[in-house]
Amino acid sequence: MANVSESLPEKAGHGEHAHAHPSFLQHHFDTPAQQFNASKLGMWIFIATEILMFGGLFCAYAIWRGLEPDIFDQSHHFLNKIMGATNTVVLLFSSLTAALAVRSSQLGKRDQTSIYLVITILCAVVFLVVKYFEYAHKFHLGLLPGHCFGHPYFSAAIQNGHEVGTCLRIHSDEMPGSPLWVRAIDESGHEQLLPPRANMFFAIYFVMTGLHAVHVVIGMSILTWVLVKNTRGRFSKEYFTPVDLGALYWHLVDLVWIYLFPLLYLVGKPD
Amino acid sequence: MAAVDIPAIGGHEADAHGDGNAPYLTAKRGIMSWVYTVDHKRIGLMYLMMVSIAFLAGGTFALLVRLELFSRGKTIVDAETYNRFFTLHGAIMVFLFIIPSVPAALGNFFLPIMIGAKDVAFPRLNMLSFYLYCIGVVILLASIIGGSVDTGWTFYTPYSVQTANSVISMTFGVFVLGFSSILTGLNFLVTVHTLRAPGVSWTRLPLFVWGMYATALMQVLATPVLAITLLLLGAERFFGIGIFDPKLGGDPVLFQHFFWFYSHPAVYIMIVPGMAINSELIATFSRRSIFGYFAVAMSSIGLAILGFLVWGHHMFVAGMSEFSTMLFSALTMLVAIPSGVKMFNWTATLYKGSIVWASPMLYAMSFIFLFSIGGLTGLFLGTLSVDVHLTDTYFVVAHFHYVMMGGTVMAFLGGLLYWWPKMTGKMHDELKAKIGFVFVFIGFNLTFMSQFIMGSRGMPRRYYDYLPQFEPFHRASTIGSWILAVGLFTTGYTLLEALWKGKRAPRNPWGSAGYEWMTETPVPLANFRQTPVITRGPYDYHLATPEELATGWDEISEKPAAKKTSQATKKD
Repeated sequence: MANVSESLPEKAGHGEHAHAHPSFLQHHFDTPAQQFNASKLGMWIFIATEILMFGGLFCAYAIWRGLEPDIFDQSHHFLNKIMGATNTVVLLFSSLTAALAVRSSQLGKRDQTSIYLVITILCAVVFLVVKYFEYAHKFHLGLLPGHCFGHPYFSAAIQNGHEVGTCLRIHSDEMPGSPLWVRAIDESGHEQLLPPRANMFFAIYFVMTGLHAVHVVIGMSILTWVLVKNTRGRFSKEYFTPVDLGALYWHLVDLVWIYLFPLLYLVGKPD
Repeated sequence: MAAVDIPAIGGHEADAHGDGNAPYLTAKRGIMSWVYTVDHKRIGLMYLMMVSIAFLAGGTFALLVRLELFSRGKTIVDAETYNRFFTLHGAIMVFLFIIPSVPAALGNFFLPIMIGAKDVAFPRLNMLSFYLYCIGVVILLASIIGGSVDTGWTFYTPYSVQTANSVISMTFGVFVLGFSSILTGLNFLVTVHTLRAPGVSWTRLPLFVWGMYATALMQVLATPVLAITLLLLGAERFFGIGIFDPKLGGDPVLFQHFFWFYSHPAVYIMIVPGMAINSELIATFSRRSIFGYFAVAMSSIGLAILGFLVWGHHMFVAGMSEFSTMLFSALTMLVAIPSGVKMFNWTATLYKGSIVWASPMLYAMSFIFLFSIGGLTGLFLGTLSVDVHLTDTYFVVAHFHYVMMGGTVMAFLGGLLYWWPKMTGKMHDELKAKIGFVFVFIGFNLTFMSQFIMGSRGMPRRYYDYLPQFEPFHRASTIGSWILAVGLFTTGYTLLEALWKGKRAPRNPWGSAGYEWMTETPVPLANFRQTPVITRGPYDYHLATPEELATGWDEISEKPAAKKTSQATKKD
């Protein structure tokens, strides 16, 4: 029973392999292709876990949208479609530059890779800045989840004695501790009266976009790490795995937003 | 591990990773060589140490819970403390012990060896997974300082949102442990896909590896849902976002749906590795090719898929529609098919086998016996009309202990005894192991059979006090828990004693045809001297030569001249 092949070249033995292999090849892989495939599969599986994590939130979204279609219609007018669309374009463009970074890395053009990576990271920064202004406006109006819905602490309008005219809380005669009604000017300039149940829309909005924003930050960190490695010349035509995987992760961040934008910003009912 | 004194090969620095042929325990020395290790075998051993400590802690809480229930009224602690005890018992046993037990400890150690790989695909991720586990343990146990948790391990809302206890600490600990579990699963999936040695086709994969693969699938796909559930629970407690709060328009039943969408697959994350070990034990100690190899392998995958479709059976009385309860009940019955496939194939493997009654085999046989009881009582609970009466009674408690402890823990102990020689290079005392087994088996059945009877007569679970007619059963159950403890301590002592007093283990003490026995004992750093080229299946006793079973693979092919280094490891 020849279970161990003697015909294998000597470098397949454990002791000597390091001398015959390129420096980026880890000791437990036989070929660079095997290592690349393993890394890529690992990243795809990780992306699957991320999608399932967001899946829980999309599930919660589906349930409440089904229960309260009118609330979703009314509340979504408070989301700024221009800002949302801007962010969508910014992220789509950054996905393009991430893909171009991979391409130039495969061709061994190190400087070009760095430029594309920098553009991608800058796009992420733009996204977060736009997000900051969106969040700040919601805080200003008191459009917050749960118990914080219409909370005076977050609402500058009330502190200014209602003169700004953006937010008015109406005490409801429901159970104590339940959120209040909120009257506020929406993004298209109409005054709206949001019932307490509208807090669920903003709960879902903040949790989903908040978790997405966290992923933007994680993606930025990964791309920055890849950028540093790239400027130090760690990558070549033969070894560009981190660039590839970093971009793959960035596409996930982009993809989640592609679903979030229409589901939150464009949910109006047909007339 | 310091007691394992195998002489190291001095002055042989082949490359930066050390000599691949040196025994993994002594290839590098010193405490830092363990702290910084990326070797899957060492990480497996460290996991084993951690889960053993967790098992001890969870077991202590179990004994305290049983002691409190020995008599009616207050026995040792008040009701509040009792609630914390059973919560800690559940949380520690589920999240710290049983989920990582087989995959992270034994799986880490043996999965790469069984496919002829040098390591898992991502060794550093493996190390990260271990340290995340340690951090998770610390965060989870820190909740004890913050007043502990009294919600039960399921953290049902709205109570988990309202209770003043440190739910955040415990759930955040579970969140971190989830990451550790995901990374282990991811690593295993990629390892099995990309690092199989030449000749290890999918149809030659050892059934332990198939089981680990199915488990990894579930870990990767289910755990993220738990993560988001616990994040939402945290957000609910911190900000009152209202997703699970009916007062704000939310739905507490959604928490149960989310929770069980993870935790039902988690039950299979716990039992499938047990079944995986059992397949190895049955084949080895029957000296027979496993009956229905492909069916057993596919039944693991079948369980992994079905595990995602039956979560609703935990919530029959929680307020689902009648239609969904019927659907979930019907789907639950399907689980019996892959479980039955395994049971019947194991029994068929035993038929006309040359059965060896070694201690691991005793555990394997008790697995079949106890899992039959645990599995069949699961059918009672899956049946809608019966479940309404049995919900939240001791019948449920007994059912899942028969599956989890009678199944997974029995298989885990059997696997430990089976692989202990390969892991440590020392043989344990068979007599002591068998005595330990007898105590474990009797104690276990006494503890939980009484609970079946109580439950069927209406004793609710998690109650601090009970009616007089339940007292004899509670007493029997508590006494059983002591016998069980004696058995477990005996087994633990047997294993530890082997480290100090045990005889040097031969390469293949059980005469198994499994791939992991074909390499040296203790295992070399790179698992095999040369990447093996596999020409037979792991259960092909008719193809494995007697020399091969005795001396493994590299003995056959290596020329005597090239064996100078291996002589050093052989010298006793």
